[in-house]
Amino acid sequence: MTDLFQVVVFVALVLATAPVLGKHLFQVFDGQPQPLFDRWLTPLENGVLRLVGERGRPAEQAWDYLRPLLLSNLLFGLLALAFLLLQPPWLNPQGLPPMRWDTALHTAISFLTNTDQQHYTPEQSLSDLSQLGALQFLFFTSAATGLAVGFAFIRGLCGRPLGNFNSDLIRAITRVLIPLSFLFALVLLVNGAPMTLAGPVTLKTLEGADQILVRGPVAGYEAIKQIGENGGGFFGANSAHPFENPNPFTNLLAMVAMFAVPAATIDAFGRFLGNRRQATLLLLLVTVLFLALAAVAIGAEQSGNPLLAAWLSGPNLEGKEVRFGAGITALFATITTGSMTGAVNGAMDSLLPLGGLVPLFNLFLQVIFGGQGTGVAYLLVFLILTVFLTGLMVGRTPELFGRKVEKGEIVWSSLILLIHPLFVLVPAAITLAYAPTLSGISNPGSHGISQVVYEYASASANNGSGFEGLGDGTLWWNLSTIVSLLGGRYLPIAALLLLAAGFARKTKVPPGPGTLATDTALFTMVTGVVILILGALTFFPVLALGPIAEAFSLIGAP
Amino acid sequence: MTTLQPPIFPRMPRGRRDQRRYTERPSSDGLLGRAVVQSFVKLDPRLTARNPVMFVVWCGTLVTLAATLEPRLFELSPEAPGRGFNALLSLILLATLLFANFAEALAEGRGKAQADALRRTQASTQARRLLPDGSEALVDSSALRRGDQVCVSQGEMIPADGEVVDGVAAVDESAITGESAPVLKEAGSDVASSVTGGTRVVSDMLLIRITADPGKGFIDRMIALVEGAERSKTPNEIALTVLLAVLTQVFLIAVATLPPVAAYIDSPTPVVVLVALLVALIPTTIGGLLSAIGIAGMDRVAQFNVIATSGRAVEACGDITTLVLDKTGTITLGNRLAEEFLPVGGHSERELATTAHAASWFDNTPEGKSIVRLAEKLDAVTALPMDTATGLEFSARTRMSGTDLADGNELRKGAVEAIKGFVRSRGGTVPADLDEAYERVSRLGGTPLAVCWNAEIHGVIYLKDIIKPGMRERFDQLRRMGIRSVMLTGDNAITAGVIAREAGVDDFIAEATPEDKIAVIQAEQRLGRLVAMTGDGTNDAPALAQANVGVAMNSGTQAAKEAANMVDLDSDPTKLIDIVTIGKQLLITRGALTTFSIANDVAKYFAILPALFGKAGLAPLNLMGLASPQSAILSAMVFNALIIPALVPLALKGVAFRPSTADQLLRRNLLVYGLGGLVVPFIGIKLIDLAVSALRLV
Repeated sequence: MTDLFQVVVFVALVLATAPVLGKHLFQVFDGQPQPLFDRWLTPLENGVLRLVGERGRPAEQAWDYLRPLLLSNLLFGLLALAFLLLQPPWLNPQGLPPMRWDTALHTAISFLTNTDQQHYTPEQSLSDLSQLGALQFLFFTSAATGLAVGFAFIRGLCGRPLGNFNSDLIRAITRVLIPLSFLFALVLLVNGAPMTLAGPVTLKTLEGADQILVRGPVAGYEAIKQIGENGGGFFGANSAHPFENPNPFTNLLAMVAMFAVPAATIDAFGRFLGNRRQATLLLLLVTVLFLALAAVAIGAEQSGNPLLAAWLSGPNLEGKEVRFGAGITALFATITTGSMTGAVNGAMDSLLPLGGLVPLFNLFLQVIFGGQGTGVAYLLVFLILTVFLTGLMVGRTPELFGRKVEKGEIVWSSLILLIHPLFVLVPAAITLAYAPTLSGISNPGSHGISQVVYEYASASANNGSGFEGLGDGTLWWNLSTIVSLLGGRYLPIAALLLLAAGFARKTKVPPGPGTLATDTALFTMVTGVVILILGALTFFPVLALGPIAEAFSLIGAP
Repeated sequence: MTTLQPPIFPRMPRGRRDQRRYTERPSSDGLLGRAVVQSFVKLDPRLTARNPVMFVVWCGTLVTLAATLEPRLFELSPEAPGRGFNALLSLILLATLLFANFAEALAEGRGKAQADALRRTQASTQARRLLPDGSEALVDSSALRRGDQVCVSQGEMIPADGEVVDGVAAVDESAITGESAPVLKEAGSDVASSVTGGTRVVSDMLLIRITADPGKGFIDRMIALVEGAERSKTPNEIALTVLLAVLTQVFLIAVATLPPVAAYIDSPTPVVVLVALLVALIPTTIGGLLSAIGIAGMDRVAQFNVIATSGRAVEACGDITTLVLDKTGTITLGNRLAEEFLPVGGHSERELATTAHAASWFDNTPEGKSIVRLAEKLDAVTALPMDTATGLEFSARTRMSGTDLADGNELRKGAVEAIKGFVRSRGGTVPADLDEAYERVSRLGGTPLAVCWNAEIHGVIYLKDIIKPGMRERFDQLRRMGIRSVMLTGDNAITAGVIAREAGVDDFIAEATPEDKIAVIQAEQRLGRLVAMTGDGTNDAPALAQANVGVAMNSGTQAAKEAANMVDLDSDPTKLIDIVTIGKQLLITRGALTTFSIANDVAKYFAILPALFGKAGLAPLNLMGLASPQSAILSAMVFNALIIPALVPLALKGVAFRPSTADQLLRRNLLVYGLGGLVVPFIGIKLIDLAVSALRLV
């Protein structure tokens, strides 16, 4: 009952904030006047742009947008890498040593790509300087990069020039990410999240032993972690840690924070297009898909493990934070993987097979609200593919938003389809082929397959959560996931920008009675089916061998 | 010279579509046999490699064949499928390839048969070339060059495409149009002066100026097209091929990465079964039928007696949003005939008729001739010395024609506005009752022609326009398909409005000059619309080239035919509707079969995965209750193979298309091909499985 209540309140909050925040996003990325912000921020933004020698000309080619993106990201990544590799004694109350090179490289790239896979235990590895200077810095830039790409893509699909990357990046940070995370951080502070640079405290436990309690600037860190769909925890326990997620109220807000920006981006897309109905239908589509998946996950966890039914009735509480319970943890898991955040408030590894199938499925589809900026872009790519397939069936060269979908669009869209299997299945197969030496799997059998596939899916989808239990702090894991991290981030970005730039250059055809309308319930349903079929068909065999086989083994099927 | 045949007028477009004859289908004897032979010829890897989907099947067949010869080639496990299973699988894969080849060969074969029939008409003929000194030389038709003049008389074959310079004759064009009634050809007439090589003169004699070099003539183009020799993939076909290729790669990755994953849980994955899984998943149905769909589409266009210069043009037809039509010859019967003389300014009817007779003396157009005939009927023959007079040809710019007498008198007839201008420029006045007569004719939907003698207007000739039967329904159909029709005419706004209303076109442009045609097309194109236009005259050529789809009438001039990307052999402009339908059918068929093909994968997964991974505990996924793992795999593969020939008729004929809105079409096709694609294979595979296990094949 409480689960249902939470789900309803959660969805209501997301759908209610989407138009408000969507309008704001539209104003920010459409360059419209915002009296509340302009007075203080415009001089600041212009100052920064002048500093980097940016004259603010909109990109004419995809490359004009991509070049500053790659350059700036390279710079951000190197900066963070330096912090992690050196880890100087400043703001280092525990006197932690520098990170191992491969873990540092993996961490820097993982945070740079908005993924935040963590192959280390933060409170035992990172100084406050690294947490703030390297990781929290990347929280902002990686989320802003994603938003910039998302809106450049939206502009292209709506027939406009892609825009200026540097300007988009700055405005995303100053007008979207900082204000939102500042507000959220205040709420967290009030609810008890620490915000201090003082070192750890040593406590005497009831048993009389010494316990070292690490503190830090958590509230600010946690806010952008959720808002920016980053997900890398200040503590190893991530959102299950009371400092990161003090109570059920902050838990609810943390869940809303993960979906807020991607939902609002879909709304803002409707405003760019001048067809809000289209955006609303897409928003409803992903909401329905989300609800179906959440129902599976919550149902699985609430009904408990059938093998234990003889001794133990009730939900599966292994690996759950009892403050929230099995249902809410499953809901959180569905949201965090759907939104590419990757923050967790329980152990993914301990989810039951079907409960674990849902996050994996989310990582394969990447559109159930999806990543910061990229989520809506992938959703629109699926829309393009749907238009191409069904548009043919009405007997015209397929059109989307008044522009023809031709070879160029199909090349880039289907390339995006190809990237994910390439960076998930290939490394997973290699790892499993040499499982004894490489994998560090903690549970053999089907669950081991899920662990390995999940790790690469999480890397390639830029999610960051993991079926922990996997011994992933090794050279192999660090280096092989880097390939998936980079491939899953920058190749789709390049393809998206090329697609959008080409699309924007096409002449617009006015709609007529023979035009296939994409803003109808029927077409939206078809899009849903195409998402499920194209997105999941490829991964069905591994899903079958992993979670599905495991599920059958639990119910004692032959 | 033999007795003249009764006068034959250029053919009129025939009535309703169901009564219209198509070109007789080329004989289909031996078509199937040839297609079967071709299916094997096409197994050549160099040919198969052009189709990425089928090439994967081809490679897979090699693997299973190797495993048939030596079952332990890829696996050492004793549980690996035996030789019998591998042999059956190889056979099924080979059949899949052959079925796909057969579909393509069948489509090509129909085109080839048509091309052969055409080529027979092209057998080298002797031509009488006119030398500069006036004598004739007998040369081979292949030696003729552009600009040569030849003489062709009764019973002789016209050696090459050309224009009639002199003479009047009936020509049998049945070789290219399938129409047996001969067609009248004469010099000077815009529409009836072009002749096609390979057609036969059945009466009288023609002097023809050759307009095409050997091998570049009309029939040559036609042969190349129906044969598919020049078939290049259309943009949409390329886009679809890209998507299919990427899907194939995606499934290749999915299947190739399976063995280590499965090995991890000690579930063996025999290579032959992986090949089967891969072939089942990649879109072989659409991959195997894609080229057949394209070829068959061109073939269907040809059966409608339309020659398209490229598949691209046919597909573009499906996207047309605006249709620009000439009124004359398209909406109305080509020849307006003089119906009545309406004198003005106190002149008598006889006076007007005599002046009109003289002004039309040199006018070779059907209108001019009909004026002469009407005047002669009224016995109003001019007495002026016409042997010393000179004719002034009609030009689209001046919009009048006439006769200049040797004594300096100028007789003119033409558009009323043009004649008014002429009279004013000569210092004359316009009679008050002219406008009355003009409006009367216009309101009748006729074309008024004013006639003047120097600066004095004698009256108006009423040229009667007859709207072709069935036009209104045609335009209604176009509207349902989302196509707007625009009528272009040189007539005044009142006449144009009357005709437009009667014919049911959406819009009209009156008093249009040839330049206006291009302007109208460009204006529509600037709005992002795709424009089709039909035309026949030489002055239509630029507009035909400017339009996205230009359809020239076969009765039209060579210039028009060259500028257009389609030529209608029946010279029936409304046939564009049929071509639009074919273009749409092409796209629908492609989309429907792709959707069907991808939707099939769901059932195939549920057949093969539980069979492959029974040991890993996936047996409960066997929703269909298939008898045994091997029978499940074979059944899925047999279904995968059989579905191709089952869909060949659909691919060749095209998915049924009824003019309706996009939403209705989508709903219907999704239901049939999307939902059908999900459900049919479940039933099909189960039935085949029952048969396979009943026959104890495995």
